[in-house]
Amino acid sequence: MSVLDEDPLSHERLDAGQQTTWEDAGGRFTVGTAIEIDALLAAGIEECDMFIAATRGDNTNILVAQIAQKRFGVKRVVVRVLDPARADWYGEQGLDTICAVKLGIEMFEKAVAEAAA
Amino acid sequence: MYVVVVGGGKVGLNLARELIRNGQEVTLIESDRRAYLRIEQELEHAIQYGDGTELWVLERAGIQRADLVVAVTGDDEDNILICQVAKEKYLCERIIARCNNPRNLQHFKLLGIQPAVSATDLILNLIEHEVPGHGLVHLLDLPDEQLEIIEVEVVAGAPAAGRRVADIELPEGSLIISVLPRGGAGFVPKPDTVIDPGDEVLVVLDPGLERAITEQFAPNGRPG
Repeated sequence: MSVLDEDPLSHERLDAGQQTTWEDAGGRFTVGTAIEIDALLAAGIEECDMFIAATRGDNTNILVAQIAQKRFGVKRVVVRVLDPARADWYGEQGLDTICAVKLGIEMFEKAVAEAAA
Repeated sequence: MYVVVVGGGKVGLNLARELIRNGQEVTLIESDRRAYLRIEQELEHAIQYGDGTELWVLERAGIQRADLVVAVTGDDEDNILICQVAKEKYLCERIIARCNNPRNLQHFKLLGIQPAVSATDLILNLIEHEVPGHGLVHLLDLPDEQLEIIEVEVVAGAPAAGRRVADIELPEGSLIISVLPRGGAGFVPKPDTVIDPGDEVLVVLDPGLERAITEQFAPNGRPG
């Protein structure tokens, strides 16, 4: 598992509450920006079997996922997209999108239905 | 012509202003509420408030019937996404994207977002044009016609050296018009003419292509 993040503090967060450090547990960490090719290379995108794009920006995730797919030929790419409309359309275009907003709405709907029953 | 411009910064606002003055129908989309209110005083109904990377905002602006979509926000990811959905979801035939960071130009190319305009690269090209210094001589400049003719000596080991004219990868907007072999008379080349090291070639080109031309004929600057 290799993590790429702009913020060095994220590295400390990976260690928090764990018995060993992130590196001792076999993890890698690279400080860098997702859409910088050099950062992706440093994080090991060429060797990876799976790529997860989960920054807090939908459009950044959609772009970097397509870079992983089309430029580096990563077979398995999963993308976090919060906006349901963009998640649906890019899903139809062949990106494996996970939309936390849609999942949340489903859970709320279920809870409402159960309360009404 | 109906034009949707996303991003109401200096570039977007002035673009919208000029297009409206030229009689075009324009909708400008701006996501900052304060900027929107300020521009609305001037452009009135020609500006809409919203995040232009949200599909419903683009649809409200009438992207389905747009002849041209111009994405000029300060964020390259946003500009790429806007142009990608304009082209592939709403089947808009013409798009123009602004590339803020020249290092992102490769991403625009990868996803077929063309043309992508980079102000940094435009200025760099102008500097190249004004200060050539890479082994080529300007023979003729026609600034009004946006054309120039240059002469460059082919260096051994250059990508074009030893290749047929038809196989040389020249940038769009340039053409080899004459070959002057060392110690021989100049002639107009045919597609199968082979360019040898030491030859001089005359190339007609759009201004700003000097660097791309030099890369083909004399990649390391002036020979000798």
